[in-house]
Amino acid sequence: MTHRNDLLDSKMRNHWRHACKLRGVPASVLVSGAVLAGFALAAIFAPVLAPYGEGEVFPQSYAGWDRHFLLGTDSLGRDTLTRLIYGARNSIGVALAAAALSFCTGVALGLVAALNRSWLDEVLGRAADIVLAVPSLIFALMLLAMFGSSVLNIILIIGFLDASRVFRVARSLALGIAVMDYVEAARVRGEGTLWLMWREILPNIAPSLAAEFGLRFSFVFLTIASLSFLGVGLQPPTADWGSMVRETASLITFADFDLKAGITPLLPAMSIAAITVAINFVVDWFFGREDGADVF
Amino acid sequence: MFSDPVPVTENSALLEIRDIHLEGRSGGRWRSILSGVNLTVRRGEVLGLIGESGAGKSTLGLLAMGFVRAGCRVTSGSVRFLDHDLLQSRDADCDRLRGARVTYVAQSASASFNPALRLLKQTVESTILHRLSRRDAAERDARELFAALGLPTPETFGDRYPHQASGGQLQRAMTAMAMSPRPDLIVFDEPTTALDVTSQVEVLAAMRDIVRRFDTAAIYITHDLAVVSQMADRIKVMKDGREVEEAPTRDMLANPKSDYTRSLWAVRKMNKPEVDSEEYAISAENLCASYGSVKVLHDVTLKVPRGRTTSIVGESGSGKSTFARVIAGLLKPDSGALQFFGQQLDGTLAKRSREDLRKIQMIYQTADTAINPRQSVREIVGRPLDFYFSLERAEKEARLRELLGQVGLAAEYLDRYPAELSGGQKQRVCIARALAAEPEVIVCDEVTSALDQVVQEGILKLLLSLQEMLGVTYIFITHDLNTVKAISDRVVVMRAGRIVDQGLKSEVLDPPREAYTRALFSSVPTIDPDWLTRLLASRSTVMELNEVPLGPVAIRAEENI
Amino acid sequence: MNHIFFMVVKRVALGLVTLIAVSMIAFLSMQCLPGDFATQILGQSATPEAVASLRHELGLNDRMLHRYTLWISNVLQGDFGTSFVGRGQGTPREVVYLVLPRLENSLFLASFAASIAIPLALVLGVLTALWRNTVFDRVVNATTLVSIALPEFFVAYSLILVLSIMTGWFPSLASIRPDMPLYEKLYTTALPAFTLVLVILAHSMRMARASIIGLLGNSYVEMARLKGLSRLRTILRHVLPNAWAPIANIIALNLAYLIVGVVVVEVVFVYPGLGQLMVDSVRTRDMPVIQACILLFSGIFVLLNLLADIVSIATNPRLLHPR
Repeated sequence: MTHRNDLLDSKMRNHWRHACKLRGVPASVLVSGAVLAGFALAAIFAPVLAPYGEGEVFPQSYAGWDRHFLLGTDSLGRDTLTRLIYGARNSIGVALAAAALSFCTGVALGLVAALNRSWLDEVLGRAADIVLAVPSLIFALMLLAMFGSSVLNIILIIGFLDASRVFRVARSLALGIAVMDYVEAARVRGEGTLWLMWREILPNIAPSLAAEFGLRFSFVFLTIASLSFLGVGLQPPTADWGSMVRETASLITFADFDLKAGITPLLPAMSIAAITVAINFVVDWFFGREDGADVF
Repeated sequence: MFSDPVPVTENSALLEIRDIHLEGRSGGRWRSILSGVNLTVRRGEVLGLIGESGAGKSTLGLLAMGFVRAGCRVTSGSVRFLDHDLLQSRDADCDRLRGARVTYVAQSASASFNPALRLLKQTVESTILHRLSRRDAAERDARELFAALGLPTPETFGDRYPHQASGGQLQRAMTAMAMSPRPDLIVFDEPTTALDVTSQVEVLAAMRDIVRRFDTAAIYITHDLAVVSQMADRIKVMKDGREVEEAPTRDMLANPKSDYTRSLWAVRKMNKPEVDSEEYAISAENLCASYGSVKVLHDVTLKVPRGRTTSIVGESGSGKSTFARVIAGLLKPDSGALQFFGQQLDGTLAKRSREDLRKIQMIYQTADTAINPRQSVREIVGRPLDFYFSLERAEKEARLRELLGQVGLAAEYLDRYPAELSGGQKQRVCIARALAAEPEVIVCDEVTSALDQVVQEGILKLLLSLQEMLGVTYIFITHDLNTVKAISDRVVVMRAGRIVDQGLKSEVLDPPREAYTRALFSSVPTIDPDWLTRLLASRSTVMELNEVPLGPVAIRAEENI
Repeated sequence: MNHIFFMVVKRVALGLVTLIAVSMIAFLSMQCLPGDFATQILGQSATPEAVASLRHELGLNDRMLHRYTLWISNVLQGDFGTSFVGRGQGTPREVVYLVLPRLENSLFLASFAASIAIPLALVLGVLTALWRNTVFDRVVNATTLVSIALPEFFVAYSLILVLSIMTGWFPSLASIRPDMPLYEKLYTTALPAFTLVLVILAHSMRMARASIIGLLGNSYVEMARLKGLSRLRTILRHVLPNAWAPIANIIALNLAYLIVGVVVVEVVFVYPGLGQLMVDSVRTRDMPVIQACILLFSGIFVLLNLLADIVSIATNPRLLHPR
């Protein structure tokens, strides 16, 4: 029994050390890391990398893949490659902002709830339960219908909706630490709530929170992409992968004649998929999927 | 066939483990758990396997059944049971042996029973599975076993679900489960470690009787030498995966050959000469406290003399830890007065002054959860220095070194992290942290209960020397009666939230002046092979622990529901 | 048994409270609309009299609580009001008649997908838990990881590309009519159902695997092996009886997941379901329909979670047989 507990215990403590070792990282994770880095660079250096301007329109619409337009043009005559690169910046940027908002709010409230453990915890918990009782996509659809689909609204709405999930996770992580004797020892010493949150609890849940942030970002990213696909997310002329899928969807019927044309709507979709898959692989590896000693 | 009885002569070996080397995987590396261990058990004999945690005894016990946990591998050696080589046999063949010829009694009975099935069904499961008996005969036999093991209402006990029985009852039910197929060998893996002292006596007696009645061989694994000396014919001592010593019980106890064996009853030998004092550091009067609606402290009145050690001893649920929390300010008492050196001490943390907080410090049972794994020793011990005093860097550094020196740790430990320290070292860091505040009173909440004997001795001696040097007052909470003898000047006995007795150690314990104290202390096994037999024989003249009246109403313990 | 009854009642009450809260939010959505809504709805025929009459009808002049209670009592009687779309042209349609057939279609699609995905997920979950860290497990693990991360529309379009456009095996538009025979319905909805199956399968399988691994780690499982029970017997007799609560949870959670996935899939395949109706209504800001959709979706969500909770309670031996 104690043997088993020792294994799990030392694994928890060594999370950071494992993360820093580059040896022993599986290929899938390295590839994922490279993919993420690539997209991040594309997002940051978009104006430099893109062959044309974001909203630049050319007379040739639905052009095939050729020397001028590496991936062809869309229904209005805009270069697909350019829009893909700018799409990286917009989609990732908006998702990052929303995820950051939801994360900061959710973690702060979660820590407060875990430390308070009485009326405040109850109130916050109930509020989170109610928000989570409505499927998030549906709720987002309603709120966007009410307030309109500006970039700010999207960030606020998605950020607020996702914060309740982060709250739950942060709270349960923090509770696991808050019951430890060292937190009680600090309390007995006379330390204040802020100190407890910042110096005792947060350092111990930081690795798990970081991984959770990755997952949250990928979820937010997918939600925004889906909303844009449905037409209620980022609005034209902003280049955005979700709306690009919708705009080029009809091209898929040409696959019989020109395979490249048929694949075009899949390009933004594949980019979205690439990012989310890559994040999932990295987070999954970080948590270490070995489940310790057991019978079977 | 595997399950056929093999005709053997009286002295032939039932189980022979030869030169076993076993490794376990931890953090990506293989490290050795057993190195070259031999073990032999003959028909009808009870072998006691004793050692501290990490000695490899549980692993060895499982090996006796040919079972290796996931994450472990045998690199060499053999395990022969009744002439079958278990390690070379196929899984299906081993499955036929397990639960039929060799059975297992685990440490935690409540975790080892399936919560969704009734006890009787699980008790006879292996017997029926291995076709040793038909269902009705097996169930009848099981009920008889329940009766023989002293379980209440044996006819209907098996209809209960595991959560409807107490820890001691479940342990006995598990023994019945192990005995049901009438095996040749039973492996008992620390079966009474998780039980209260008082439940332990019943369970030990029951196990010993049943094993003798059916002339079953047994391996009894434990870390407690006193317990094993009641149960075993021969004792084998292990340390760090190696054998230390093996001899018949009485020989070993009378004449232990190795120093390590001798150190196993170190704490029992300690006995502090008591000293009293007239000045009181803490005095509580008519304290009442509750958790929610449940009252846990009833009119507790006690005095803690300055510069001395006062032990508060009792079983689980006695309220001793609750009292510690009240003193620390974590639980507000409903009524009553708490005084600190004659001044009123407020019940809640928030209302106490920083000076008051500084003067009362606490040390916890498990050092693992008592220090922040993300902080270095320097930060852990240094924080009280920063919080209560404002020292300059050079002063603080010198003080840190001084503190570590006082607890017996070298200065280089300052930059280490908890993961790099052993259990005993972590507890020393906790003591240093408490000392850093220069307190008057230190509340020690079961601080040695999770440690091995030798380490316990070290910590207790350290605490005593610190008291001599600094004049610190200790409130020592414990359930271990040997520790009480080793360290106390005054003793307070608690039961169910009330004080049974308090006074100088000699007054309270030697001889015990209250019936409950007497019953409590008599339930602690001593390193004397005849202790259990004598205790059972004298039980008719001494009141049973659970029948000692509590105030005007006699409370019967759970055991007899 | 009494306290089980009370626990169930408590859970149901909690569910109702949640639904009421959700309905309030849905109700408030109407009240928070910016600008002069009535004018926008009527569009061309926005004469002052028409606007005033619409405002009166929508109750935009009354007090909030009064309006809310009126609205709720209407809803409970099945009256969701009339759709905004079409008012301007004088062809009002009652929301409830818009919504119900769509709901039926969505439920059909969701059930179709669930009936394939969930049993498959449970079986795969058990198998991968048993054969952990083998090649089989790793392959399945990687595949599900990828599958979870893929957006639904990506899966949908890929399937359309391969199974419809390039091979012509299945129709790419799932336009079903109420009068279709069952087999034809199943054929038309095959692709959207397949998409949903892929989305749900991955999630459920991982949850099932995690649950089973958790159960396998219990001491009583090791005890069963030490009594000589084979792996199979241990699973059947000791693991499964304790698995009902986690399994019910998984099923409920994934059915709830289906509801969200249904929206995107319906839009891609132009399937006449509740999700597509909601998206269309959001584009036209047809609030009564949106409100109705929200209530229905949330109601189903809350109901499923409630059922899962009740199963957890009903299969817990500590509650069924108290001390």
